[in-house]
Amino acid sequence: MSNEQIDKSTAAEELYAEAAQWHVNTGGETIHAKRMPGKWRTIKWVSAALWILFFIGPYVRWDGRQAILWDIPARQYHIFGATILPQDFWMLSLLLLFFAILLAVVTALAGRVWCGYFCFQTVWTDVFTWIEEKLEGQPAARRKLDKAPMDFSKFRIKVVKHLVWALIGFATGFAFVSWFVDAPTLWVEFFTGQSGIAAYATVALFTVGTYVLAGWLREQACFWLCPYARIQGVMIDRTTVLPTYDFHRGEPRGRVKKGQKESERSTGDCVDCNQCVAVCPTGIDIRQGQQEGCITCALCLDACDSVMEKLGRPVGLIRYASLDELEGKPVKPLLTRPRVWIYTAILLAAISGILYGLTALDPIELKVLHERAPLFATLSDGSIQNKYTLKILNKQNDDLEVRISAFGPEGMQLMGADEPVKARNGFVSPAIVFVKVPRKHMKAEREDIVFRIEATRPDGQVIATERTSIFIGPKPRP
Amino acid sequence: MAGPNPFPGENNTGHFWDDNLRELNNPPPSWWMIGFWASIAFVIGYLILYPMWPMPYQPVEGDGFTKGVMGWTQIKEYQEGLQDLQEMRAQYESQVAEKTAEQILADPALTQYTLASAKVLFGDYCAACHGSGGQGNPGYPVLADDDWLYGGSLAKLDETITYGRKGAMTAHKDILSAAEVDALAQFVVNLSQGNATDEGWALYNAKGCNACHGPTANGVLAELPGGEIVSVGAANLTDAIWRFEPGGLESAKHTILYGVNQAGVEGTRDAVMPGFVETGKLDPVEVKKLVVYVHELGGGK
Repeated sequence: MSNEQIDKSTAAEELYAEAAQWHVNTGGETIHAKRMPGKWRTIKWVSAALWILFFIGPYVRWDGRQAILWDIPARQYHIFGATILPQDFWMLSLLLLFFAILLAVVTALAGRVWCGYFCFQTVWTDVFTWIEEKLEGQPAARRKLDKAPMDFSKFRIKVVKHLVWALIGFATGFAFVSWFVDAPTLWVEFFTGQSGIAAYATVALFTVGTYVLAGWLREQACFWLCPYARIQGVMIDRTTVLPTYDFHRGEPRGRVKKGQKESERSTGDCVDCNQCVAVCPTGIDIRQGQQEGCITCALCLDACDSVMEKLGRPVGLIRYASLDELEGKPVKPLLTRPRVWIYTAILLAAISGILYGLTALDPIELKVLHERAPLFATLSDGSIQNKYTLKILNKQNDDLEVRISAFGPEGMQLMGADEPVKARNGFVSPAIVFVKVPRKHMKAEREDIVFRIEATRPDGQVIATERTSIFIGPKPRP
Repeated sequence: MAGPNPFPGENNTGHFWDDNLRELNNPPPSWWMIGFWASIAFVIGYLILYPMWPMPYQPVEGDGFTKGVMGWTQIKEYQEGLQDLQEMRAQYESQVAEKTAEQILADPALTQYTLASAKVLFGDYCAACHGSGGQGNPGYPVLADDDWLYGGSLAKLDETITYGRKGAMTAHKDILSAAEVDALAQFVVNLSQGNATDEGWALYNAKGCNACHGPTANGVLAELPGGEIVSVGAANLTDAIWRFEPGGLESAKHTILYGVNQAGVEGTRDAVMPGFVETGKLDPVEVKKLVVYVHELGGGK
């Protein structure tokens, strides 16, 4: 081997040696994180408590029915006073857009706030490990118990733990299904075996899913299943504020020596106590810098601060900071960053679209389908006849008698609309009508015609809507 | 490979390339492997459960395959689905079978069902000639207008679909002189524009056209008290609708010269509609549905 080759192979060896340090967490060992009180821990419990709404939400009543009910069999979606039918579902795309951009803007500004504080995977795992700690003890005791041979007391502890986990999974599935069927009815029907197969299957799926994801997969779901974790790298930048280890202050790490005075210390503030690693629910070391395993739950901030306080050093060795801030670069004010403005504009557009949609929900809707085969028929008396199918959507809670009228070319005659059409609530009722126009009144091959439907509600209020369609005839004689 | 492992203790597989490129034995995460084996277990269960394996022994032609267990097949699911659908339709179907076409039309919900149901029949048996929406085709009458050769009442429509129709008109090329044909054709054109002459009417009556096209040339021989008409299917010559495309003077002359459905006459017009019941294509209930459908296309009387 020439010298050059030896150099290259040495360089490669160094790389391999370094690679060996990188530990890839593929779930080979269970992470037993330590729990420490602190500011961020408290914030996490508060944000997690929002999920209580998920459990109690279905029991809120409104107007004699469930306030929020996604009634899939009836294709009706009730949100307090508003009833949304599939025809209004364009609002859903705006809602999805809103949340997608909200996720992007939050990620760009403050990283994975969703992951750290709100995500069901984080929250449920948090609760599951809390139960684990209550039953099995501190992390060291848990590791010992995992290694210990199975005996009666271990068996009893494990059975209780898994039962409680499964019960939470069941409660989760039951709460989920409660949003789709009337919750009090579900309580009766579910436990007397009268619910539909979909209800049982969904609850079973959620029970197993919750148990497996929060009990067993835990941080593995964030590492290997969640797509959001994978794309966050392109959503954050140098100005994003994340839990960060201040390596200027911390390095070089050094253990506290007995008797040494603070003034004589040659090492950085980090005392290498590994508390930040011990409390991390995903088992990473924040001191290695920004990494995909970090869900930004900020528990390491609490851990480090408590150590710093004990040692009389300033807190914030690990703190919310951006890369720019850490490297001493000027920090751009929030409002001078174009992406803040762009994101805000998209958010506003989406939310105003939804607000418009909700306020402009028509009580009845009319669609007019002009018959195309044939476009028109010439009648014996020489007049032109067009056929229309009117689709009347009744969004009211009562059946309506809908009257149809039309305005169009001179001398037109509307046929088939003498009797009012019965429009069932929540359904589309079709009505076929014909319009006849004497040929001499046809000024163009195609003229506008306006259909109007109106109905009187039980409370006496008249509701109406109109739609413009076309009337087609032969080319006018030259 | 020969010799001792140059990278001991790093859990490699013993495969090396270019001195130091080697394959490490890093197994996938255990949850992934569990999923992998679970998938295979699922497939094995599925293979046993579902009829799918071809077998060499064929007791009946095309019957050589494993039958699965529990009798779960897709064709069965389809049949069950179809049965559900038929049960849903049954309440309407029984009503359609019992009621007359008039009674069906008096019931909006039943009319809607009948129209939806007959749309399929219309597409299968009628649309080839009369167009998908009854808009007609060259030589085949429009069903969406109010011009009927044999009457547009429910009873007449039923009669037409059940027994079929065959038009007939004598070829006049050997009967009338060229001048007479010209004059009559012009008369027919004038009629449709509302300015027929007395000479035309005289010729029309003299040559016996009124025997089929009626005294007022509207194709009606007599009107019964109930509004029903008596006709032989001759066209209404007074309106703007032409029975044979493209209409107008030359077209009218052609029809007068060569007639309709005349055996042995070259150039004669074809006008035949088959009967649909005798041939077994439709049963009376299906005919009833089609009667309602055609009646509602736009010109039923």
